Amino acid sequence: MIAIKNLTKVFQAPQDVAALRNISLRVDPGDVFGIIGMSGAGKSTLLRCIAQLEKPTDGTIYVDGTDVSSLKGRELIELRKSIGVIFQGYNLLLQRDVAHNIAFPLMLSHTPKEQIWRRTQELMELVGLTAKAKAYPSQLSGGQKQRVAIARALANNPKILLCDEPTSALDSFTTQSILTLLRDINRNLGVTILIITHEIGVVRSICNKVAVIDDGLFVEQGPTAQILNAPTSDITRLLLGTAGGEQ
Amino acid sequence: MMQTLLSALCDNGPLLLTGVWETLYMTIASALVGYLIGLPLGVLLMVSARDGIRPRRALHAVLGWAVNIGRSIPFIILIIALIPLSRAVMGTSIGYKAAVVSLVVGAAPFIARLVESSLAEIDRGVVEAARAMGATDWQIITRVLLPEAIPSLVRGVSIATIMLVGYTAMAGTLGGGGLGAIAIRYGYHRYQSQMMIITIVLLVILVQVTQVLFNLLAKAIDKRNR
Repeated sequence: MIAIKNLTKVFQAPQDVAALRNISLRVDPGDVFGIIGMSGAGKSTLLRCIAQLEKPTDGTIYVDGTDVSSLKGRELIELRKSIGVIFQGYNLLLQRDVAHNIAFPLMLSHTPKEQIWRRTQELMELVGLTAKAKAYPSQLSGGQKQRVAIARALANNPKILLCDEPTSALDSFTTQSILTLLRDINRNLGVTILIITHEIGVVRSICNKVAVIDDGLFVEQGPTAQILNAPTSDITRLLLGTAGGEQ
Repeated sequence: MMQTLLSALCDNGPLLLTGVWETLYMTIASALVGYLIGLPLGVLLMVSARDGIRPRRALHAVLGWAVNIGRSIPFIILIIALIPLSRAVMGTSIGYKAAVVSLVVGAAPFIARLVESSLAEIDRGVVEAARAMGATDWQIITRVLLPEAIPSLVRGVSIATIMLVGYTAMAGTLGGGGLGAIAIRYGYHRYQSQMMIITIVLLVILVQVTQVLFNLLAKAIDKRNR
């Protein structure tokens, strides 16, 4: 579904900073793939490269068989429509109500009006916000805003959902409800999910595979159970809260 | 004092009404045409900036210079410098309609900066999200930046309009008509200080009403404070 080979991203200004170094990764259809690391480890840059919001310095990214770094213009726009993205800060349109936020990607692709409305209705039911259709983002809680963002990201029926720290601004109860929603979306709609986080709890509750990133490098990756039960790197132990655990 | 003011007001009623009308005409007409030029210019400034949605260094620099030059010329000098332009466009350089030409040239660069700063207030994350959804640059401008900036743009309109009221008074001293011309002709040249006071009071009322109306409008349409 997503295959990344030797991805490197260097930010040039003001000094060369390698945000990603030689990253390789494979996400299979149906996976809920977690990428975990500390702040500044390069996680978000990786997601931004996959969504082509950032140009990689080197390496290749294949999404669903297409080399995304070669895409331009129309093709790039079509690719972006086939990938849903949600963010830590929700990034909702503050001057539009819930229904119009969810309908937004459909309006961008000039979908017929009645079709937009039907799909928006479906999506609001999916995320449980039908009653809030006419509410504005400023009237919603954090969890509700993230639900709107999820519905919006699913509007174009993407095969892949990229999640950038989707629960990091939420309390633990709301986090659980958002994670449950993501898991349902993965299971019921068959959407492959790549989730970026610094919370080990997120990985533990929904990811079947995980990669640990530190200073732009993958230090280990594999099935969640294996990595969590038998971590081989210090950084993983640190994230697990079991650093120096062999008392 | 009050009595002389009132009698001046009664004696010059038609004159003052004409003055108010001319000031309103100059302000509104030049605000409209000013936005016709300043709005796209402001959008271009924002879009072409280094961290804009389509960075164009040379274009941004040229536009930036043009706007700064426009803004650095004192308006009273600009009116004189633009006399030939007013003649070319309106057929005359005298009267309130002709003054609109220099008012537009004076206001457009200022409006462009107001628009640019309104658009710059929009959270970059929202723009990024729209891009991730497959929005084109044009769609980002028309469906994200401008609609999200509307309350701020409306506040900008009030700032530009009020500045223009001041500018019309300056234009009035150089044959532009309106309340400014009345203040100069009667209040200054003919030593009728009541007329000076009356025109100032009228200008103050005009500015206050404009500000209050636009503040209410901006508040009413802003969905962020619900």
